[in-house]
Amino acid sequence: MIKLTINGKVHQVDVAPDTPLLWALRDTLQMTGTKYGCGQALCGACTVHVEGSPVRACMTPVSAVAGRKITTIEAIDTQRVGKAVQEAWRKLDVVQCGYCQSGQIMSAVALLSQNRKPTDADIDNAMSGNLCRCATYVRIRAAIHEAAKALA
Amino acid sequence: MSEIIIENLSRRRFLQGSAGLTLGFCLPAIAAGAAGKLGAAAAVDTEINAFLKIGTDNSVTILSKHLEMGQGSYTGLATILAEELDADWKLVRVEGAPADAKRYNNTFWGPAQGTGGSTAMANSWEQMRKAGASGRAMLVSAAAKRWNVGAADIVVRDGIVSHAGSGRQASFGELAQDAARETVPADIKLKDPKDFRLIGKQARRKDSAAKTNGTAQFTQDVFLPGMLVAVVAHPPLFGATVKSFDASKARAVKGVVDVVQIPQGVAVLATDTWSAKKGRDALSVSWDDSKAFKLGSDEILAKYKEMAKKPGLVAANKGDTAKTFAGAAKVVSASFDFPYLAHAAMEPMNCVVQLKADGCDVWNGEQFQTVDQGRVAALFGLKPEQVKLNMLYAGGSFGRRACTHSDYVLEAAHIVKAINGKAPVKLVWLREDDMRGGYYRPLFHHALEAALDGNGKLVGWRHRLVGQSILTGSPFEAMMVKDGIDHVSVEGASNLPYAIPNLTVDLHTPTDIGVPVLWWRSVGSSHTAYSTEVFLDQVAAAMSKDPVALRLELLAEHPHHAGVLKLAAEKANWGTPLKAAAGERRGRGVAVHESFNSFVAHVAEVTIKKDGSIRVDRVVSAVDCGTAINPDNIRSQVEGSVGFALSAAMSGEITLKGGRVEQGNFDGYPVLRIGDMPRVEVHIVPSALAPTGIGEPGVPPVAPAVANAIAAATGKFLTRLPFNTTDLVA
Repeated sequence: MIKLTINGKVHQVDVAPDTPLLWALRDTLQMTGTKYGCGQALCGACTVHVEGSPVRACMTPVSAVAGRKITTIEAIDTQRVGKAVQEAWRKLDVVQCGYCQSGQIMSAVALLSQNRKPTDADIDNAMSGNLCRCATYVRIRAAIHEAAKALA
Repeated sequence: MSEIIIENLSRRRFLQGSAGLTLGFCLPAIAAGAAGKLGAAAAVDTEINAFLKIGTDNSVTILSKHLEMGQGSYTGLATILAEELDADWKLVRVEGAPADAKRYNNTFWGPAQGTGGSTAMANSWEQMRKAGASGRAMLVSAAAKRWNVGAADIVVRDGIVSHAGSGRQASFGELAQDAARETVPADIKLKDPKDFRLIGKQARRKDSAAKTNGTAQFTQDVFLPGMLVAVVAHPPLFGATVKSFDASKARAVKGVVDVVQIPQGVAVLATDTWSAKKGRDALSVSWDDSKAFKLGSDEILAKYKEMAKKPGLVAANKGDTAKTFAGAAKVVSASFDFPYLAHAAMEPMNCVVQLKADGCDVWNGEQFQTVDQGRVAALFGLKPEQVKLNMLYAGGSFGRRACTHSDYVLEAAHIVKAINGKAPVKLVWLREDDMRGGYYRPLFHHALEAALDGNGKLVGWRHRLVGQSILTGSPFEAMMVKDGIDHVSVEGASNLPYAIPNLTVDLHTPTDIGVPVLWWRSVGSSHTAYSTEVFLDQVAAAMSKDPVALRLELLAEHPHHAGVLKLAAEKANWGTPLKAAAGERRGRGVAVHESFNSFVAHVAEVTIKKDGSIRVDRVVSAVDCGTAINPDNIRSQVEGSVGFALSAAMSGEITLKGGRVEQGNFDGYPVLRIGDMPRVEVHIVPSALAPTGIGEPGVPPVAPAVANAIAAATGKFLTRLPFNTTDLVA
């Protein structure tokens, strides 16, 4: 049994210690907002926060995050920055297929939590690990600026 | 277009003595919309027609017969119907329709349901308008009877039906059950476009909320009681089969429940994905390669170049090309090579199948209902209607989920069959399975020649293509392959719009290449737009003509092409100089292309550094796709098309060595990242014509516009995709 603290709630999960956090979230806890895209930390679809920092859940064994504060897309709207990002995403209709967007939002929230007025270059840098095959990048940039404005 | 019939099942059921409700009309657990059903357990939906249900809570549910894979189909279809219904957009939600080729067929495809060819809006335009307008008429009729007033004096606005004279009004929800008993009007009056309140405006996406809080349901997110997850060991070569396997180590993995052989390989079933993957990796399989395809992509290309030396089957012919070239003052020639491309949707292919006593349930980002339903039914010995398809959101597709051979859907069904249906199974392809699973955009070789006469006029055009057929051997072969010419191999080339009096387009279709191929966003135009538009710029250079001016000269008979071309050129300040920093070269390039009856022109601006690296700074686009149902979605699709096409042009390439696919994940097959995304400006040509499509048409002219911009900056026309930056070192 491994103790995971997710979105403020403690869960005991019965999985092998090498199980990636992604699959514990998805298959054990059925918290499916966090997505599988590559399994090698190449696409960012599985991005969650561990102690507020963006982490690729597909390469993070549960043993490494036991007892640490994990936040997923399901609870992102409980944070002021998270709420602002989500609202900006909706206002600009950023999504297309939507599969990568949980990860995009988690990375955007992490950026704005550190940097309240990011430039395009800051955005491109912080978001470079998150692939979007629909290429919604133009709107991702715009929505991050929009959220920054709302938070100012 | 085939005849559109709007059925009213409610009425039929009512006449049969049952309630006019949609109970038992099984729908997938997916719905998109701001007006969710939370706390509305008591609300009852009334089916007005095949595309419309109205709830006692005033919710308006629109059934989408088309897959939502990102292209905005759910929102678009809802916009059309809600417009004619005069619904309150806030209360509109969308559900995926079940598989039913009679009610939900793609009207462009005859008796087949499916999504593709950028047809979702085009084939549904009239149908959804009529569904909305007839629903509105039935609500009005019901209100007129209830209030004993004339229907002509009743007004409908934002989901409220009212009669000024008597001061009475009722919501859709209050009238729905009575409305369902009304006769479907035979003669349906549609709105005058000047009265549109949703179409052409900014109706927000219906799936934005669920896709930004993690609740949107994809196939990957389906969990059923007792469900097992299957990860499959696939053969490393196309056409190889299982010779033998040892599953002892796989079975020893905690969580692994079963290991079964299927025609596609060996499936490991476990209680969860990670255990299934560990089990799959622990398998020892020996493969029978005797019938496998073993060539590499270099050898395939060499073979194609050899084939291109001889004439192929003629796909288009006008004038006398042989004579024209024999008498030409100048001949320009070039050849182009295009690689295999993977779709690489963010959600790798997956499918859930459950066998039941009386049929089979499938959960899938379902793009090809009638084809998949028929195949699954045949495998289990069921009737097609016993296979219930639950259409979920697809995490991208770009054509991959409309597989001509139902590959991954059948694979999931085979696994269920192999375990005698004892548990529902979710087949999960890991990224490597998806990348190496075949069904690529085919590798193509093109050879082009242009003849100029003594006056420097472009008088002849020869275009030879070599590449595998997508449709041969598919259910669409009879419709789309004529006299050996697969229409989608030559589309965009055989219908070249330019006024060139002598033209021949011919095609070689190799039949001995064992790499499965499939449509990839924009299909044939994904390569024909490149070769034709880049070659035309080479011809323009040989004629010392401006690329826009030459195109406009040759497009006198094609006002839609000319319209988008002029608009894009004007908005991009075509002809004005671009400032370059020291050591950098800059250029502007243009391309225009028609695909799926839509017209798109792009002007690209690029910067080339000394090391040859390419940065696309800006793309200015003009599109003509008929009536703009949702202008913001058109912009969004074109923005996305620019990124998608640029990704392929800059780095997209699946290569084979000894028959084995060399790429497996996003390291080997890089996809465009945010830092390489240019600014995109989209301009929409106003149009009163019926809508065409926009999911694909933005893609084809991107790469040629960029290549032409690179040529403007460097003098070098790139004839091989993806771009090789070492060709551009200063």
